[in-house]
Amino acid sequence: MQEEFVFSGFGGQGVMFAGQLLAYTAMDEGLEVTWIPSYGPEMRGGTAHCFVVISDKVIGSPLVARPMNGIIFNKPSFDKYEHDIAIGGRLVVNTSLVPQKSSRNDIEIININATDIAYELGDAKLTNMVLLGALLRQHSVLPIQALERALDAHIPKHRRHLLEKNYRAIERGAELMRA
Amino acid sequence: MARELLKGNVAIAEAAVRAGCEAYFGYPITPQTELLEYMSARMPELGRVFLQAESEVAAINMVYGAACAGVQVMSSSSSPGVSLMQEGLSYIAGSEVPCVIVDVMRGGPGLGNILPSQSDYFQVTKSAGHGDYHPIVLAPSSVQEAIDFTMLAFELSRKYRHIVVIAADGQIGQMMEPAELPDMLPYPQPRPDWAVTGAKGRNKNVVTSLYMNADEEEAFNIRLQKKLEVIRAIEQRSDEFATDDAELLVVGYGTSGRIAMSAVQKKKKKGLKVGLFRPKTIYPFPEKRLAELAEQVEMCLVVEMNAGQMVEDVRLAVNGVVPVEFYGRMGGNIPMPDELLRVIERYYAYSAVLA
Amino acid sequence: MTTVTIPIEDMQLIYDRPEALACTHTHYCPGCTHSIAHRLLAEAIDELGLREQTILVAPVGCSVFAYNYFEMDGVEAAHGRAPAMATGIKRVSPHNTVITYQGDGDLASIGIAEIIHAAARGEKITTIFVNNAIYGMTGGQMAPTSLPHQKTTSSPLGRDTDLTGSPLKISELMSQIDGAVYVVRRSLHDVKHIRQAKKAILTALKVQQAGLGFGIVELLSTCPTNWGMTPVDAMHWVETAMVPFFPLGDYKIADSVRQLE
Repeated sequence: MQEEFVFSGFGGQGVMFAGQLLAYTAMDEGLEVTWIPSYGPEMRGGTAHCFVVISDKVIGSPLVARPMNGIIFNKPSFDKYEHDIAIGGRLVVNTSLVPQKSSRNDIEIININATDIAYELGDAKLTNMVLLGALLRQHSVLPIQALERALDAHIPKHRRHLLEKNYRAIERGAELMRA
Repeated sequence: MARELLKGNVAIAEAAVRAGCEAYFGYPITPQTELLEYMSARMPELGRVFLQAESEVAAINMVYGAACAGVQVMSSSSSPGVSLMQEGLSYIAGSEVPCVIVDVMRGGPGLGNILPSQSDYFQVTKSAGHGDYHPIVLAPSSVQEAIDFTMLAFELSRKYRHIVVIAADGQIGQMMEPAELPDMLPYPQPRPDWAVTGAKGRNKNVVTSLYMNADEEEAFNIRLQKKLEVIRAIEQRSDEFATDDAELLVVGYGTSGRIAMSAVQKKKKKGLKVGLFRPKTIYPFPEKRLAELAEQVEMCLVVEMNAGQMVEDVRLAVNGVVPVEFYGRMGGNIPMPDELLRVIERYYAYSAVLA
Repeated sequence: MTTVTIPIEDMQLIYDRPEALACTHTHYCPGCTHSIAHRLLAEAIDELGLREQTILVAPVGCSVFAYNYFEMDGVEAAHGRAPAMATGIKRVSPHNTVITYQGDGDLASIGIAEIIHAAARGEKITTIFVNNAIYGMTGGQMAPTSLPHQKTTSSPLGRDTDLTGSPLKISELMSQIDGAVYVVRRSLHDVKHIRQAKKAILTALKVQQAGLGFGIVELLSTCPTNWGMTPVDAMHWVETAMVPFFPLGDYKIADSVRQLE
């Protein structure tokens, strides 16, 4: 088993943390994992992305040209990665900030207005958790409960008071998929 | 010890702390800055020395001073910063004091860019400054190896009173992987006899790289070369995969070695006789094992993130026994596993003809 | 004619080699004031009982072998980097007394960044700055402190300030830096000034012992060989040409240092 994920969006949308949380989850579940960010000037307000590779074996490259999964937070990221996703893979799209529909019919498209939902939950910064909830509801690579356990275990101390809100966002993202 | 998800730069910093690093001097430069930032908090917390220098030139000379005082000391930088350190490194080698330097390599020449690269291979392995010497150079390919090699670096630098460079690249520095950190080693280590600590109850100690007399300078150089001979004899380290029946031997280190591993594993599954040889020390280059393998394979393919630097050492080790081909990406581009698969297929076809 | 014999046990020893000064020949030219500066530093170290805890950082320049001329631990820095090296030593060995001994090319040209930042950080080190307005070791080239119109082997027609700028006044410069607490300029051209220089070196070392901050003593010095003068004329040139351009005095004595005195 090997799965690759690219998370991409604006700096400040929690893109890096979403990827890290998935990486923590995989590690805590006993899997091998790598997380690698874009870095440097890109971090200062432009698009930011990170790659996560999860495997049950030692991971060679932490970067792949055609990842299986894309978690797309905004339009520039959609433009950049829509066509990179491997055939048979999936694209989770934050439709709140991506107006167009994907033209691809060889991958699964998961549309969710994550930023609108995050606002409803009281904090636009929860966009990343809504998207993760939707992803893991549709793709059973890791259980949602494991994601929540990892959040509890690894959330920075100064953000701990946001734990409940984050759980709600993950669950909301998952619920909407069920509906 | 539990596995933690650690960023390469941070892992190296904490490993240095646990190895007993008493002082860190550095200057911010991407993509190694997290290492300096981590040390700025961690070292004072433990009552150890952290200082942000005014330049890499100053940083390496602070390292030189602290090393003369007999403590375990480290600096870290990235390619352009390591260029600035060449002067100090040469003095350190010429004075035979130990230190550990981390080079998180980025694209060059010039200001280049901040993306991962292996373009400092020549700079760090061939001399790292003027004069006849090579530092010991360790090339980690994962966060765990970055930790293990940092521990080893302090041990080797002490043992040989020599510079040890950890040649990582932007990818190793920036990526997070689960890894285990070792326990804290006994701290601090006693100051060695040769260190400058004040001439109390003993004759004075002088640490210098200056020998005005030709015979004295030559005698020093002979001693230095003998030390390097010992290092070449016993410190060569490498890793290999599927080499027993390999016809095509892929050779790569650090990030390129790790990506090559992905490609080789895939080819192996398809029944192709492809193996991987991954140098862990790039000085001393693991020439002994590679020379043995050259007798068994039909061809070597060297993969690097530069225009072809280690390939020269591979050719020296292989010594014309089999053809040595090269594939490299530059400018911060990292070869993708699919891309390497195609390259391997192409060269595998050639090697089959040779067989 | 009568001879007076004084038994040796009644004689008073009034001049001896300081313990901190090595019993050896130096390579300095006749009439060069490096030897005076060395002796003053050694006397001051002895008087304060610091020999066994001092680490001398030698520069690149005529005093490159300084560590051979003192009976204490020493290291050899790269050109201009003595303050950085001293920083490294002092930070890991705060109980040692760390001294850099630097010339004008070393300190004011190639090492200007290192000296300014060591001062800015308030490194608890002492710098002895020997300013003789020329590169001595390499054979008399123009230094950052060479005077206007001064002839050197790299300004054969005299220093042209339109082309090469004006000499750097280091004590004035250092006095503007908060971390520097003791900045004085003295001269070695006659006995009176040599006495004053000794006193300044003593104070600078006390400043370090008390951990007050960075201290520097600039010593106007001679280079008879490269100036093309006799030693006596060289002393005279310091007095008549250098002192007017580089006025002697206390450029900065922080309140903490005054309290010390």
